[in-house]
This record gives sequence, structure tokens and C-alpha cells, in this order.
Amino acid sequence: MDTIAPFVLLSPLAGFLINAIFGRQLPRRVVGWIGAGSVGIAFIFSLNLLLQLLTGAQPLDQTYFTWWQSGDFSVPFNLYVDRLSTLMILVITGVGFLIHVYSIGYMREDPGYSRFFAYMNLFVLSMLLLVLAGNLVWLIIGWAGVGLSSYLLISFWFERTSAVLAGRKAFVMNTIGDVGMIFAAFLIFLNLRVMDYRGLFERVHQLPKGGAVITAICLLLLVGAVAKSAQLPLHTWLPDAMEGPTPVSALIHAATMVTAGVYLVARMHMLYDWAPAAAATVAVIGGVTAIFAATIGTSQIDIKRILAYSTMSQIGYMFLAVGLGAYAAGMFHFMTHAFFKALLFMAAGNVIHAFQDDQDIRHMGNLRAGLPITFWTFLIGTLSISGFPLLAGFFSKDEIIRAALNAAGGEFWLGVLALVTAGLTAYYMFRLFFIAFGWEWLAHDDRHLHEAPPVQTVPIIILATGAVVGGYIPIASFLSPVFGPAGEVGIGAFLSLAALSVLAALIGFSLAYLLHARRPDLAVAWRTRLGPIHTLVEHKYYIDELYDWVFVRPALAFARFLNGVIETRVIDGAVNGLANFTVVEAREFRLIQTGRLRSYALWTLGGAIGVVVIVAGFLGYLPWRLGG
Amino acid sequence: MPPAYLFLLLSGALFTMGAVGFLVRRNPLVVFMCIELMLNAVNLAFAAESRFLNSLDGVVFAFLVITVAAAEVVVGIAIIVQVYRAGRQMDVDGLDLMKE
Repeated sequence: MDTIAPFVLLSPLAGFLINAIFGRQLPRRVVGWIGAGSVGIAFIFSLNLLLQLLTGAQPLDQTYFTWWQSGDFSVPFNLYVDRLSTLMILVITGVGFLIHVYSIGYMREDPGYSRFFAYMNLFVLSMLLLVLAGNLVWLIIGWAGVGLSSYLLISFWFERTSAVLAGRKAFVMNTIGDVGMIFAAFLIFLNLRVMDYRGLFERVHQLPKGGAVITAICLLLLVGAVAKSAQLPLHTWLPDAMEGPTPVSALIHAATMVTAGVYLVARMHMLYDWAPAAAATVAVIGGVTAIFAATIGTSQIDIKRILAYSTMSQIGYMFLAVGLGAYAAGMFHFMTHAFFKALLFMAAGNVIHAFQDDQDIRHMGNLRAGLPITFWTFLIGTLSISGFPLLAGFFSKDEIIRAALNAAGGEFWLGVLALVTAGLTAYYMFRLFFIAFGWEWLAHDDRHLHEAPPVQTVPIIILATGAVVGGYIPIASFLSPVFGPAGEVGIGAFLSLAALSVLAALIGFSLAYLLHARRPDLAVAWRTRLGPIHTLVEHKYYIDELYDWVFVRPALAFARFLNGVIETRVIDGAVNGLANFTVVEAREFRLIQTGRLRSYALWTLGGAIGVVVIVAGFLGYLPWRLGG
Repeated sequence: MPPAYLFLLLSGALFTMGAVGFLVRRNPLVVFMCIELMLNAVNLAFAAESRFLNSLDGVVFAFLVITVAAAEVVVGIAIIVQVYRAGRQMDVDGLDLMKE
């Protein structure tokens, strides 16, 4: 295992280096297959790790080298391969590979082809590093690396101002999270003198349970997790991140990177178990974000933005789960979500291509004939995310709702929120589906829509399979060595909760069917009747505007003040004033530079005599005394 | 042996001659010789006092002054020769190109 694990990282690293250095010279076909192939090879290595774990190998914590050392502070490069990180790297490389293959088709016309694949491989490398790192320093390096590659890929079409602004926004928000992470690492080192996970997990119980230190550590880690996973209140970058190419949205802003926060909490579960207040905060943030984002999703008209809010909402579910201590449920939902959300995004990408980069769902409709594969796979994804019985999303979502409803204390209302969110999820997903894909039959379909080539449809079909059968993978028992044994759920309890969640989904579905398939006039009527509420939701609760007024504008005004007053008056004034003073004074002192050698000599002689007289005076050799 | 003040008087007289010469003469070579005169006046004072105070410190200083004077002469003569070659008049008051 210790020899296989580094190759999971080295493979995308090689792909990144080759594409970054030689990408422009290589033919496109080669670039694409290097990009996808390096991730595919990493997937094979990950499968090997999985097999070894399943056949009884012990979790690996192998130090390969010491990066640096200073006093008792040492940063090793160690990889931590247990069942949790193996599940993560399997999804990252597996779904990542499919999305890379899809990108070969999706990006084929793009002039920045090799740049795209280099960035994508850099992302996969950083994400794998984040997951496999065995100490906090390398975790933070991977954490920052995914932020960087996310920024690069959001701003991939850098000639578009909106893309550049979106990238900048994402980077700033992520940096807030990075700072939280770094402070958490400081606190951990100050109090426990460790950086590596194993030492941390061994020593964490030296801190008082629920004490200020451990709570602060967990909350600071949570800042990083919230920023990376686009949870309230650091969520506003994710919808804007949809400016990036669609495969990027699928890979980074749906399937993998945004779930890093969930992974972080799950990885640090010993810390969160030791800080109940912080864990409860995680759950509340998750539950509130879930319903918050779901409501926004009901009113958007951009196909990718709807999916982005859906992603936020689903990650909210995962946060809810890990905050409640149902870590396996959270990771289960992470996996199924990776399947169906990557599928939804890639299918949406096919639609966007078919409509010449138009993302407004009101311009779409009736895609069954034109884009049959995309149509059916998108329907599968929609059913899965809505919790249609026996599909993947049904199982994973129910586990989370069950964990919330069964929780002892005040988390019960979070479970109710989660149930309502399940209904909302069904509503906004089927609203999207009915409007964009539509059932109605156009008599004259003269749009000449073209289905995407197989390189773009086969990965979607594979993911659709995952979205159907992914719920049968026994994640809870697979992860039991990490999180402890999974609780047994009676068949009666299972069925009663399933009935509840299916009922919620059914209500959402019926509402969507009624308003957007049968009676669109009702939708219009309701929109006017809801009036201000609808406007509020449509404008995403004005959070962007709020941040704009509270943070961005004051910051800009302050910057303008610094530039206009401090910079020009104070700093330039000091520098220029010093220069002017020097010039003026030099003009006066220049007059003693007469150029006459003998006058200089006279000055020198006079000075020398003066010195002699003063010294002699001090020493008492003169009739009059100096200096008492 | 003559008393110490005579040596100091001689030294002072030599130094004054050198200083006055430096101030009143304009030929660079003469100015240069005046500098040497001043330096050697000081050397005389050092050597004499060294003898009378029974200490080698003064002699060491004299050697130091001789060394510096030798180095200074090398540089100074080289500059004077270059000035002469450049065809400029041998007058220290005329050498004021560096003014301003």
C-alpha cells in the first residue's frame, strides 16, 4: 500500500506537468487523453487501494520524507489512507475521470484546450492531496491548491469580465476559509504540539471536552469548510462560479471540491465529537443552508445556477449529517450526490451546447426528440436527487433525515427542515426538468438540435447507472472501521420514514407538474400573488447586495480613500517633500563648493586649529577653561 | 641633547611654513611639497616625543604617516601628470571643473 499510494498523486501530477509544459505543441487528441488518462490511472491505483483495504489491510499512515523541521515542529509528508480517504479518492478519480472524458468532447472547439486539461489535472492533484494528506500542513496546501485551481477554472474564459469577477469572488471567499484553517492549525499546534493526524487524534482527548480551545479549533476549521463548501454565510461565490466551463462545474463545483468541507468535518470527527457545540453549529449551518438554497433554486432561470443552488442545498444535507455525528450518512450522500449531480451538470452542458451557450431554461423545452440520451439521463438524475424510491438519492437522503429526526435534542426541527427541503428539491428539479426538457410536443420542431457525441454521452450514462444503483453500496458498513459500527435500522422505521420523504417529494413533484407542465398560467398567477416574497427569493434574499453594501463598497471606498488621500498626500507627500527639501538645501550648501583649492585648505586648517583649541581647552592647557 | 620644546618649536615652524606655502602658492608641485613638509613636521614631533617619553607609540605613528604620505604621493603625482598631459595650466586655482 505504501508504494501504491503516492502514485495516486503522481499520476495527475505528471498529466498536469505534461499538459502545462508541452500542451501547446501536442495534438489535441493527445492532450485530452493525457488529461483524462492520468486521472483514469489514478482511479486504477485507488481501486487497488480499495481492494487491499477490503482484503484486510491495515489503514496506512506512511511518512515518505520530512518536508521541514524546526525545533519540535516537524512537517512530514505522510499519506493517510483509510477507508474514508479511499472512498473520497475513488469518487474524485472515478467521477473525475468520466468528467475528463466528457471534457474531451465538450471543450473540443476551445482554443485553451491544453490549458483546460492542465488546470483540471492540477485540480485533481490538489484534491487528492487534500484528501490523502496525513497532516494539517499538507491538508492546507491541498486546500489552497483546490482553491487556486477552482479560481483558474472559473476564470478560464478570462476574456469575459463576468468570469474574471466570479473567479475573484470565489478566490476571496475561499481565502477567508483558508485563514480559518490556518488559525485552526495554529491553535492545534499551540495546544497539542502536533501537526499529523495520528498524533492529533491521540492527543485531542487531553483537551477538556467541550472546552473553549477545542470548540475554537472546530469552529475555525468550520470557517474553512463553510467557505469551501459554499455554505451560509460564505455561499455567494458558488452560483457565480457557474461562469466556468460546464465540466468544471460538474467536477469542482458539484462533485468534489465543494464537498471538501464535508470531508474535513468527517476526517476531524474525533475533534467534533469532542466539541458538541461546534458540531451543533455544523448541523445548523447545514440544515439552514439546505432549505435556504433550495428556496432560491425554485426561482432561478439559469439552468446551471439552479443546479448550483441545488448543490449548495445538497451539501447542506451533508453538513447536517456530519454535524449530527452521522458521518457515514454524510459521506454516503456525498457519493450519491457526486453521481447524480455530475450527471445533471454534464447533461446540462449538452443542452447548453445544443442551444449555442444559451443557459436560460425558458428558451429550452421539448428535448426528448432532439437530445434523447441527455433527456433520459437528466430525468434519471432528477429522479435520483428528488429521492425517487430505490434510486441512490432516496437512500442517502433518508439516512440523513433519519439521523436528524432521531437526534435527541433540538435537532428535531432540523430534520423537519430537511424533510421540507426534500419536497422543495423535488419541486425545483422537476420545475427545471419540465421547463427545460418539457413534455409538450411541438408540431414544428425546426430547431435541429443535435445530440452530443458519444464521448459526452457515455460518461453520463455511466453516471446515470451510479445514480440508480449507487444507493445499494453499503457505505455505512464500509466506513464502520472509521466511524464506529453503523446502527441497525428496523424495517418499520425505514418504511415509515421513506413514506414521509416520498410524500414530501411527491408534493414537490405534483406542484412542479401542476405549475410548470399542466397550468403555466397558474405559475404566473402565483408569482404575482406571492409578489414580494417571490422577488426576495428570486434575488437570492439580497445576500449579494447586502455583502456588496456591507463589505465590498466600504472596502472600495476605503481603498479609494487610501489611494486618493493617503497615497497621494501622505506617502507621496513625504517622499516628494523629502526630495524637495534635499534639492532646496543642496542648492544653498552648494555655495560653499567654490572650486578653489586653497580656500578649501583654509577651511581645513581653520577646522584643525579649532579642534586643537577645543581639545586643549577641555584638557586645561589654555588660560580659559572649557566645559568646567 | 637639546630640550624637547626646541624640537616642538622646529616642528611647529616647519608645519606653519608648509601650511602657509600651501595657502599662498598655486603651482601644484609646490603645493604638494608643502603637504610633505607639513607631514614631516608632524613626524618630527612624533619622533621627538617618542624619544622623550620613552615610548615607541610616536614612532609607530610616524611610520604610519610615512606610509600614507607615500601612497598619497603616488596618487597625487599621477593626477598632476595627467592634468599636465591634458594641457591644462599648472595652477590649482584653474582646476575647478568639479564646481557645481
